[in-house]
Amino acid sequence: MFSRILTSALLAGAGAGLIAAFLQLWFLQPVLLHAELYEQGRLVHFGAASAVPAHLDLGGLDPLRDGLTLFFTLLIYAGYALLLVALMSLAEQRGVAITARSGLVWGLAGFAVLHLAPGFSLAPEVPGVAAAAVGPRQIWWFVTVFAAGGAAWLIAFGGSWRAWGAAVLLLLAPHVVGAPEPDHFAGTAPPELAALFAARSYGVAMAGWVLLGVLAGYFWSREAA
Amino acid sequence: MSMTTATIRVTGSRLAPALFAACLGLTVLFVAGHVQTATLHGAAHDTRHANGFPCH
Repeated sequence: MFSRILTSALLAGAGAGLIAAFLQLWFLQPVLLHAELYEQGRLVHFGAASAVPAHLDLGGLDPLRDGLTLFFTLLIYAGYALLLVALMSLAEQRGVAITARSGLVWGLAGFAVLHLAPGFSLAPEVPGVAAAAVGPRQIWWFVTVFAAGGAAWLIAFGGSWRAWGAAVLLLLAPHVVGAPEPDHFAGTAPPELAALFAARSYGVAMAGWVLLGVLAGYFWSREAA
Repeated sequence: MSMTTATIRVTGSRLAPALFAACLGLTVLFVAGHVQTATLHGAAHDTRHANGFPCH
């Protein structure tokens, strides 16, 4: 059983991770590199003597840096896939059919749990924005992801109003308590870049997760044959 | 009147392998996405930002 989980997860994670890394390098990396110039103080947009152009030649690919991004994206998607396929195997034991088609919904749920839920109060950050200390933010991130994961499971398989009510509470609670926030707004990156980065981060993650769900469902059902 | 009986055959517990796989996945996410050593942070920096993990 474990080898079936591992095989399906690694194949799905590699496929989705490769596409996610490609989308990330194409759409997110230029925004990140641009924001880093403001983070490092090489560009300033407020109080500058003359207007700062919004478009900039940021250079081409950086083989080492982008290679590491590819490597770590594949690793992260392998982690996502192991979690996803483990839960798929438990659902199948309860009589739920797992296919490529149903995997699409699993992928959307994964995106909601790991990106949308924590990002609702702790938006994806571009370099050069103010934030609270990293430790408390990480703890809040993990608690929120676990709560949202439990909520997603209850929504899908709870089957009663009590379970769905508990799911709503689990989804709301971390945001009612609130994420750690910075004391002062001291970000140096332009809000235009920060907004674009957050939006594209969600877009890339959603594409990656939908693909991950479909591939995980496909490989999981194929490994059974 | 015909009656259909559905039988779910449980072929051994799936809980242990699923738990092990989930723990492995979480460990990968923790190490690649959250551990704050200088080398790991530097190497995984762009991926952490892109995935919305708290980075620095």
